[in-house]
Amino acid sequence: MRVTTRSRALAVSAVLGLALTACSSGGGGGGTSETVDIAVNPWVGYEANAGVVGYLLKSQLNFKVEYKELTEQVSWEGFESGAVDAIVENWGHQDLAKTYIDDKKVAIDAGSTGVDGIIGWYVPPWMAQKYPDITDWNNLNKYAEMFKTSESGDKGQLLDGDPSFVTEDEGIIKGLKLNYKVVYAGSEAALIEAFRKAEQNKTPVIGYFYSPQWFLNEVPLVKVNLPPWKEGCDYDASGNLLPEITCDYAPYKDLNKIISKNLQDKAPKAAQFIKNFKWSAADQNEVANSITNDKMKREDAAKKWADAHQDTWKAWIPAS
Amino acid sequence: MTAAAMTLRARAVEVMPRRAWFAALLVIAAVLYVLFQGTIAQPRTDDKPLFLWLNDVRDTIRDNRDNPIFAIVFGIPRVVIDTLVAALTSALQAIGWPALVVGAGGIGFIVGGRRLAIGAALGLLAIGVLGLWESGVETLAAIAAAVTISFLIGVPLGILSARNRRARSIITPILDVMQIMPTFAYLAPFVLFFGIGPASAAIVTLIYAMPAAIRITSYGIRSVPANTIEAGRSLGATDGQLLSKVQLPVARPAIALALNQTIMLAVSMIVITALIDAPGLGQDTLRALIRNDVGAMFDAGIAIVILAIVLDRLTEKASERLDPRRRALDARPETGRRVWQGLAALIVAAVVVGLVVPAAQAFPDAITFSFRGPVNAFVDWLRSDVSWLSGGLKNVVSNGILNPVQAVFTQSPFWLTVGVIAGIALLVSGPRQAIIAAIAFLLIFAMGLWQDAMETLVQVLVATVIAFALGLALGILSARSDRFSRVLRPLLDIAQTMPSFVYLLPAFVLFDPSRFTAIFAAIVFALPPVIRLVEVGIRAVPTTIIEAATSSGSTGGQLLTKVQLPVAGPALQLAANQAVILVLSMVVVGGLVGGQALGYDVVAGFSQNRLFGMGLAAGIALVLMGVALDRMTQGAAGRPSPIAR
Repeated sequence: MRVTTRSRALAVSAVLGLALTACSSGGGGGGTSETVDIAVNPWVGYEANAGVVGYLLKSQLNFKVEYKELTEQVSWEGFESGAVDAIVENWGHQDLAKTYIDDKKVAIDAGSTGVDGIIGWYVPPWMAQKYPDITDWNNLNKYAEMFKTSESGDKGQLLDGDPSFVTEDEGIIKGLKLNYKVVYAGSEAALIEAFRKAEQNKTPVIGYFYSPQWFLNEVPLVKVNLPPWKEGCDYDASGNLLPEITCDYAPYKDLNKIISKNLQDKAPKAAQFIKNFKWSAADQNEVANSITNDKMKREDAAKKWADAHQDTWKAWIPAS
Repeated sequence: MTAAAMTLRARAVEVMPRRAWFAALLVIAAVLYVLFQGTIAQPRTDDKPLFLWLNDVRDTIRDNRDNPIFAIVFGIPRVVIDTLVAALTSALQAIGWPALVVGAGGIGFIVGGRRLAIGAALGLLAIGVLGLWESGVETLAAIAAAVTISFLIGVPLGILSARNRRARSIITPILDVMQIMPTFAYLAPFVLFFGIGPASAAIVTLIYAMPAAIRITSYGIRSVPANTIEAGRSLGATDGQLLSKVQLPVARPAIALALNQTIMLAVSMIVITALIDAPGLGQDTLRALIRNDVGAMFDAGIAIVILAIVLDRLTEKASERLDPRRRALDARPETGRRVWQGLAALIVAAVVVGLVVPAAQAFPDAITFSFRGPVNAFVDWLRSDVSWLSGGLKNVVSNGILNPVQAVFTQSPFWLTVGVIAGIALLVSGPRQAIIAAIAFLLIFAMGLWQDAMETLVQVLVATVIAFALGLALGILSARSDRFSRVLRPLLDIAQTMPSFVYLLPAFVLFDPSRFTAIFAAIVFALPPVIRLVEVGIRAVPTTIIEAATSSGSTGGQLLTKVQLPVAGPALQLAANQAVILVLSMVVVGGLVGGQALGYDVVAGFSQNRLFGMGLAAGIALVLMGVALDRMTQGAAGRPSPIAR
């Protein structure tokens, strides 16, 4: 008997609560501003872009902003499901661009970020000094022994970053017949930690790295010269990565931004702002450095940069 | 035929003890290995024909997502679930934090009394103090949505499977696969059909959590005593009346237990679903993992654990309270109702405060506390001053055990490995299980994933052996010492409440990303249930047997090895079986922290467009391996699937 009374009372109060909620959200949810969903891919340079774009969208244009921690290729899925409105530093991905921009027309190329990207293999500076010929790929097999770890067994270890990053390393190892094995550090932060430790303790490490990256200001890693890139040495005509690659990564001229068609329609001002966003590698490194080394939140780091660089971002704000 | 084979085997075992068969098997295998070992039996590449074909299938599906049938079949559930999650989130946000804290306390008071009330309220407050209120609410809403849907589908299915034998025989194997399948493996396919976002996250969660709801409901209804049903029938009850007036009310505590288990399983999916854009605490954990910010990961991890414990205790007590036998014991005086009315009024008042005072919706920033600073300082110390020890341990285990064993497994011809696996399954579990295990591994070979599968198998074996050995030792200790058991029990309680992801944290700090990190996390994850099962098994040995042995002069050691352990055999077998399955599920999550092999394939396949097919195939391979290992270790009697893992 008592149980029935209880559950009834519980139900009544639950319904009451929901009803009240419905009223209040009905009243306030009409919304004066749209929400812009920005994907945050897992490297801090990207986070710097996202922080600045998000901060300015909020503070200057009165949009709401949601950040979503997603890996780069998964983010593209969000253009179709509506979960993502903007990718603010895109590295290539012709296959996804074809699917989502050309075929499905749910995404739009929003132009350059003003920054060029480079991916390659790097060693800490002490190694380049001690073994000057290590920066020539022809000598890599000679040094493979030195890079052996518990994870690479009898081969040299080539340290990669996050398994979601753009990488051609397994193909390059095969194509150039190198006695190395790719081992994933798991994240950008772990990769940086490995290079930092190697330079401090003068221990050997060779790995995947990229610029722009603030860490290159702290430890100027030295790039290993793989055979120079030329058209068709990495991807076949239909855009598939070759199983064996005999060249370095292609240079990424102009990293770009991608926005959803939906954003263009529902919030053209925000779309225009993101299209206008364009800065330099030095700007990005400044914000990334605040986030990483000063442990600032991404929007606080963005505010610090924005306060000091009014002229740069004022030009991004759409006329009206 | 099976029966004949069984008798054959029984007769063979009589002639020669099982231990001798094992020895023979190993000797033959060793000889064959020496004769036929060679280069790697099937080297890994990421462009096997099957993988490319799966990629094409993916592309076709992706191109046709806007076709009307697709839009109806997958679009409607997506919109419905998205709306449900959004509604729950804004409802919880709108009623504000005072109402939620008071509400949690109120529910705690109703189901468990004053202590639980205070614990639940403080738990929610703590999440706010950690500065994670907003994330916590988003997570709570996501769990509520997933659990609601699990129940709406799971309880009817449970009833169906309880009442209809044929339905049960169809549903049970599907549930087995749903529970063995590593959660990671189905992220990518579900994203393909439902896109990223709350809907996919809820669906992935319910795949993992719903089996508990179905199983326990079915079990609860089936365990209604036959004479109760007879009584109902003789009074002329129809089937429907029988269900609604007799079976469901009697099964109510079981259904409450199903709620508890479903919630706990949903909690353990918080971090994984964040990979496909589930909002909340999972995102905080993921961000910290990416930034290598152990302190922030600690805060988010604590918040998840607190949420898990609060939800666990509340639903556990609710389940006990619904048990009619217990209820009769603690009949409360009439004042109970007055207290209850007071509580309801308090909750309504708190809701009104939340709605009227906008400031009450967000948790005040002023009172926050974070473990980030001290934890990161501690981690820095560990990394600089203890790394020689942890790094040394990692290198010893990796170079001394993992790499050599891995070399044997990858270079052994695949037919030999399959033969040994089938042989072990035959000796431990019987001919049917041996055939199933052999087929599973042959399929893995056919898919082209042999090298990765062998590397994963080695990780699983090493972790299982260590976990079982440690669990056996600790289990024996707690069976023999009440005091030890009392100290250990609350620790095991907490450990089993924690979502598996939390175990990655200390492993990651100590060992950096590596296979050993994944193994270490898997050992810690599998240990508590092993300890429990061993302890229960030994304690269940009848006192008469013990007394007989003691009176005939057995020493403590003899008693253990000659009497207690052999008698507890089935429990130990179950412990080993559970250890293997739990370790396997964790080794996959370990793919995120350097676990390599199949775990890495699944992770990479999820995040790299080009590797989708490989990831999906690796997920299937893991299911096959799970089925095979389960069959190999379940023992001759066969093991009734545990109701809830």
